[in-house]
Amino acid sequence: MNSFTFTQAAAVAGAVQDKAAHEGSAYIGGGTNLVDLMKENVARPTHLIGLKKLGLDTIETLPDGGLRLGALASNADTAWHPEVEKRYPLLNQAILAGASPQLRNMATDGGNLMQRTRCYYFYDLATPCNKREPGSGCSAIGGYNRVCGILGTSDSCIATHPSDMCVALAALDTTVRVSGPNGERTIKFEDFHRLPGDHPERDNTLEPGELITGLDLPEKGFAKNFSYLKLRDRTSYAFALVSVAAALELDGNTIKDARLALGGVAHKPWRDKEAEAMLIGQPATADTFRRVAAKVLANAKGYGENTFKIELAKRAIVRALKQATEMKQEVDTNAFLNSNP
Amino acid sequence: MTLQTDYIGKPTSRVDGPAKVTGTAKYAAEYNVPNLLYGYVVSSPIAKGKITKIDAAPVLALPGVQQVFSHENVPHYALLDRSYKDQIAPGGSPFRPLHDAEIKYSLQPVALVVADTFELARYAASILHIEYEEAAHETELSQHIDEAYEPGRGKAGYQPPKSRGNFGKGWKEGVAHMEAQYSHHAQHHNPMEMFATTVEWLGDKNLNIYDKTQGAFNSQLLVTKVFGLSKDQARVISKYTGGGFGSGLRPQYQLLLAVMASLQLERSVRVSLTREQMFSFGHRAETLQHVALATAADGSLTGINHFAVAETSQFEDFTENVVGWSGMLYNCKNVELGYRLAKGDIYTPLDMRAPGAASGSIALEIAMDEMAYAAGLDPLEFRLRNYSDIDQAQDLPYSSKALRKCYHEGAAKFGWEQRTPEPGSMRDGNLLVGWGMGGGVWDASKMPATVKASLDADGHLTVSSGTNEIGTGTYTIMTQIAAESMGLPIEAVTFVLGDTTLPQSPIQGGSWTAASVGNSVVEACTKLGEALLKQAQKMDHPAFKDAKIDDVQFANGQMRLRADDTQAVVLRDVVQASGEPKIDAENSTVLAKLEMLKPPRYSMHAHNAVFVEVKVDPELMTVHVTRVVNAVAAGRIINPKTARSQVLGSVVWGLGMALMEESVMDHRFGRYMNHSLAEYHVPVNADIHDIDVVFVSEEDDKVNPLGIKGLGEVGLLGVAAAVANAIYHATGKRVRDMPITIDKLL
Repeated sequence: MNSFTFTQAAAVAGAVQDKAAHEGSAYIGGGTNLVDLMKENVARPTHLIGLKKLGLDTIETLPDGGLRLGALASNADTAWHPEVEKRYPLLNQAILAGASPQLRNMATDGGNLMQRTRCYYFYDLATPCNKREPGSGCSAIGGYNRVCGILGTSDSCIATHPSDMCVALAALDTTVRVSGPNGERTIKFEDFHRLPGDHPERDNTLEPGELITGLDLPEKGFAKNFSYLKLRDRTSYAFALVSVAAALELDGNTIKDARLALGGVAHKPWRDKEAEAMLIGQPATADTFRRVAAKVLANAKGYGENTFKIELAKRAIVRALKQATEMKQEVDTNAFLNSNP
Repeated sequence: MTLQTDYIGKPTSRVDGPAKVTGTAKYAAEYNVPNLLYGYVVSSPIAKGKITKIDAAPVLALPGVQQVFSHENVPHYALLDRSYKDQIAPGGSPFRPLHDAEIKYSLQPVALVVADTFELARYAASILHIEYEEAAHETELSQHIDEAYEPGRGKAGYQPPKSRGNFGKGWKEGVAHMEAQYSHHAQHHNPMEMFATTVEWLGDKNLNIYDKTQGAFNSQLLVTKVFGLSKDQARVISKYTGGGFGSGLRPQYQLLLAVMASLQLERSVRVSLTREQMFSFGHRAETLQHVALATAADGSLTGINHFAVAETSQFEDFTENVVGWSGMLYNCKNVELGYRLAKGDIYTPLDMRAPGAASGSIALEIAMDEMAYAAGLDPLEFRLRNYSDIDQAQDLPYSSKALRKCYHEGAAKFGWEQRTPEPGSMRDGNLLVGWGMGGGVWDASKMPATVKASLDADGHLTVSSGTNEIGTGTYTIMTQIAAESMGLPIEAVTFVLGDTTLPQSPIQGGSWTAASVGNSVVEACTKLGEALLKQAQKMDHPAFKDAKIDDVQFANGQMRLRADDTQAVVLRDVVQASGEPKIDAENSTVLAKLEMLKPPRYSMHAHNAVFVEVKVDPELMTVHVTRVVNAVAAGRIINPKTARSQVLGSVVWGLGMALMEESVMDHRFGRYMNHSLAEYHVPVNADIHDIDVVFVSEEDDKVNPLGIKGLGEVGLLGVAAAVANAIYHATGKRVRDMPITIDKLL
């Protein structure tokens, strides 16, 4: 870790100005990922701009019936907010599937979007990594890529975005509010994170200096039929091998509306709108789910150690859609999650 | 009659518990001595080659950086390999940190940056520019089986496995057979406390060395040999160790670097390793194993063949007993065992909880399950039919062996008789249920240990020995034994350990501390009792006039006649009457040392049997271990509370071995890639459900006077295999490569 200066920003405009004034600076929210990256010398900011005093930690109902999550609200406060629990239980479940209680207390909602991949090679300076050092090569290809992606990968990078929360945010059609040197704008969640292509060093579509100020959830929260299913190597404090956010609107047994997004499989939360369209109008049966699962994974590519994820993801999609339909969580996947305080 | 001062066998809470939970228990990196400097280790990014350039100048130019140590400026303190050999070094040439330009393994320490603050040292280390010339490395064990060789006896305690009978004949005699390959990957101990040494410079090469270790005397030995210091100059202190599991059996390189820097700079220096650097030294060796078994029509084993190849470094032959247990646990005339090593460009492996046995029992106990199925027998019935009443490997009777009780009591508690044998035949709703079992055997050892017992004029007993506390409960059980021996309330007893100025004690390992130090505590207390009796006889106590030590007993703060317990004297009064501030006594280790030279008359071992229930989702193939019963026969249990904790920890460890734990090596880089606790997976609380620990009664007056067998390792044996066997029972899938991650079950 290198020496750095620190200022606690009091207002968004000041934070943005401070950022522009310091080359090599970084915003810091909860710091649960950035500080690790600094300790490992993966990130070496010379100046940090603290965001916790910006007053962006509130969660408010919007006039259109939606819900605005302040960028600095903690993951824990968000998960347990009464409106989130009641109207967006999919988001509650996804957040609680991630990290540990201690981390969720520190981590912020904006920071959750900004966290970087947990690909082993990204963290180890002794190995080449295009995301860390563009042009150096991808060590995960041909290496230990069990945790890496199977969808939307490129020859330069097969890293995944590690978030659980973002998978639910993607499924729920969230809008990201940002402020930057050129003022305020909004970004559709599906456009926020990007695929690696030839520039895996860029995780998202934020312009230089832009800052996330909030996340707007639309009114429709799919509170009746939903499931967040996360499969991992241990029951807590492990990133997803595959996770699925499934949400349905049912009329009897017929699917009227559907959302489907995957985590742990791609450089971004993998929402598949074509698969959602395939579900609409169909009966909510295992047969339907299997067809949709096959479609989602049709273009998946395995890299050896992670090839199992293709089959695992298919099964996870079928199970998540079944759980969303029946609203019965299977004992061995989410029971422990549900027993959290 | 139960006395108020009877403590042995009682579930006494940890005497060091309050110190630990309030943070007053100090660990090696927490001794904030004045004017301390901080050293930060730079680790090699390559696995093999040499350092061609170290550009220290820009780093040295940073204000507050004191020195950059590397092979270019560290003196060669000692010349001979034997100076670098600690008490348990295996055969070969020990690694010498910062000795020359050669890189022998990835993450090898290549430089030590010393600065006024930890943060500065860490930053300076991160910008130190070092150039390397890479050479081709080899780290893949499976590619080097053909070059595997039989190691010598280099490491203390290692016995090459002994075959007996004729396996080929036994194989032919069998009517049912099994043969399979098993494997597990390297594992790193990863105790919570990372390795650290704080060296306090007292002037004139006098050092107080606060070290993370499982043997303060072992660290002292190495430091005195390497740096030519006297024992008085190198006092090693280790009051608490935040988890050992074997990682602290050998002193790690931060000790030598901290002492070197202190001597060079004539300052106090601390060196602590990072979590990544916890992957830069010994680990459980990866093994590839082959087992073949044959049975007669009645299910008796006619042949056992167990062969293992394990990895070691290029410079030392690390050996452990992987296959020998397979010649002991079951009754069989024809046993063929083999153990070989293959060298790789890695650091030398190191004993890790139940070294050898944990690895070997995975293969043997899965193989026994496979054989039971091939022979059409219930796995428990199969083991009972092959029960061995004597140790056939040594041809000796057991001092005691209550494994049969483990099988019966464990199975009863688990409900094993409800098991239906067919894989996939048991269900809980939609989930597949599997029941599996395993077990094992571990040495009951005792080493010479010196203990001093000292009673002061306030009636407070201080018992001391230079052993270590690695979280197992040593402080507590020694306090219990001493309190009962001297008949004092536990509050009036303090046990002191972890300091080389105390009487010498063996390294904390091998499950031998309870037996070794515990029996010595009794001996020292007996000596103290004799001294107190002698003093009492000088006092006006006619009843004690002609009494011998066997005529008196110590209870409730008094010494009294066994024949007439109204004749008593308060111990405190005896010390006060002596006119001395305290009365001391120390046990002698002469007899214990002689005992070790004699051929053994008995085979002395602890045993266990473990029963496991898993529930498996039939589509997602997620596995949860919902119930474990571990029945242990380990002689006399001094403290059922700390003993249970030991076995609980073993079970959790075993579940990790079975399902998630592995150090993942990328052979292209020759480097472990999951070097963090986020990615090196061990079980979390949510993975753990019902664990039932059963201590079966096992009285043993032959193993040692207290009848202790030790518990640190036996509880782990067979756990991983039992999980694998339960998964087979649930799913019909036989996975022989640990850990059994979800991809192997899809």
